[in-house]
Amino acid sequence: MTFSPQLEERFAKMLQSYPEGKKRSAVVPMLIYAQDEIGAVTPELIEEVAKRCEVSSLQVDEVVGYYSMLHRKPQGKFHVQVCTSISCMLVGGTELYDQACKKLGVGHKQTTADGLFSLEEVECMGACSWAPAVEVNYDFHHNVSPEKFDALIDGLRKAQ
Amino acid sequence: MAKTLYNEPSPLETLVISRNFRKEGSETLDGYLANDGFKAFLKAREMTPEAIIEEVKTSALRGRGGAGFPTGLKWSFVPRTSPKPKYIVINADESEPGTCKDRLLMEYDPHQLIEGILIAGLAMDAHKGYIYIRGEYRFIIEHMNRAIEEAYKRGYLGKNIAGTGFDFDLYTHSGAGAYECGEETALLDSLEGKRGVPRMKPPFPAVAGAWACPTLLNNVETFATIPAIIRDGGAAYAALGVPKSGGTRLLCISGHVNKPGVYEVPLGYPMMKAINEIAGGMRGGRKLKAVVPGGSSCPILRADECDVPMDYDSIAKIGSMMGSGGMVVLDETTDMVKFALRIMRFYAHESCGWCIPCREGTTWLRKILQRFDDGGGRKDDVRVLGEVSKNMLGRTFCALGDAAAMPTISIVEKFSEDFDKRLAMQGSGLVTING
Repeated sequence: MTFSPQLEERFAKMLQSYPEGKKRSAVVPMLIYAQDEIGAVTPELIEEVAKRCEVSSLQVDEVVGYYSMLHRKPQGKFHVQVCTSISCMLVGGTELYDQACKKLGVGHKQTTADGLFSLEEVECMGACSWAPAVEVNYDFHHNVSPEKFDALIDGLRKAQ
Repeated sequence: MAKTLYNEPSPLETLVISRNFRKEGSETLDGYLANDGFKAFLKAREMTPEAIIEEVKTSALRGRGGAGFPTGLKWSFVPRTSPKPKYIVINADESEPGTCKDRLLMEYDPHQLIEGILIAGLAMDAHKGYIYIRGEYRFIIEHMNRAIEEAYKRGYLGKNIAGTGFDFDLYTHSGAGAYECGEETALLDSLEGKRGVPRMKPPFPAVAGAWACPTLLNNVETFATIPAIIRDGGAAYAALGVPKSGGTRLLCISGHVNKPGVYEVPLGYPMMKAINEIAGGMRGGRKLKAVVPGGSSCPILRADECDVPMDYDSIAKIGSMMGSGGMVVLDETTDMVKFALRIMRFYAHESCGWCIPCREGTTWLRKILQRFDDGGGRKDDVRVLGEVSKNMLGRTFCALGDAAAMPTISIVEKFSEDFDKRLAMQGSGLVTING
């Protein structure tokens, strides 16, 4: 398996960054960066990461279920994460999540039929003072009002 | 020199670690150098490791990640003369609900953090550091990578830093979504490529941390404070705060206030003043009901307990914690049953499952609270919630079990009337089992 030149460069640097003989340390970051490029943690990716980090594929496989951002199935092109944790909940995060379900017509960890959007109700993502917060892929959106949310989704849809 | 920040600053702040945030170019090396950048490192280079640690002790700086352990003391635990390599690990997992400050320190002043790490490197005779950043903060990881690259190019990282003969390499390491990895030993397991499960202590990370080598592990804000302490002196820093709680800290105010935001205040700042003046008072003029003083794991405070100075010991005296600085303000409209449930959904989701009291306790507490909220509450539930929580306290490898139990105990004890009210509504037929 090969990745884009940029990712290969990142991985080469990454494997150098840990002490001699400690390549296993690269397992989690390698999985998440590769997942972003190929869409999911596939069995082939697990094999590849195991090979590069010089560990067994089981040692890679066992971390996949632990970390909430790693997923074995592809998500939508835009992965919409709505925070409903305490700070967001107090200022409309729960209602925003309900609105997202209706607007996208899907529920928690589901993807729209056209593959454009997936939705996830997430735990605190560190935007508490600018709540409610939404993260689309890796882009944060703060102080998201119901109108702002609709405009965000419509904008993403239109850009397609 | 106005720059758009996430929230408007308050004139009541005391700016030490956030003093560069509002300046144009604060994220660049030149911007940092123009504001005394790396002067503290050069000063520390002329000091002995013992003198650096002594200065940090004098500053009365306490860990800003949550536990509030005296930083200088923690630094003194690392066996500097060990023949093994020593590592500096920076906890940027920032995942305690209510907390959103470390990202600002990395976004607006990454070189201040780098300088703090370098000074720690001098004090520990360590030459490698890893910033463990939560995966959701990808933009911060890329931002930090750019700052690190710039520092390498300009000779502030790598070999012979600023001509001093000191070498240090610094890297970022991405997490992938796990609250538990904010716990220091779980973080180390995660850094080693494993599931983030806490380790048995002792040995403590100071002695056997990353790759079984002596490791200094602190929160981002703790490291970011070090340059100011060395530059201005530990005593001057300590004097900003109160005895045993030196200096300033970033307070993340969220919830039902008019101006939620991250603000820098001296330790010992009055909580009600922070709410009413810095954060602009309660939204809609409503009444204050409760405050979570330092992230969701802290015991909640009733409104009548909030007339308190915000320092570690004063908050401890009234049975709670300063925690991570995540202050969540709740008004009279808040339903404490729902609030307790939301907290417990978080801990049940984030429990790593290693210790049974935490794994089973959080799950059962969540189930009971969910049933209660759905309208199936029983008279005995408040007692059971308290009892299950108390049975978790102190019976787990790491603090996650306590973190789930403490807010629950405080909520059912201090706000039992909210539970009673819901039970009464059930009895009146206003609520059915399915809500």
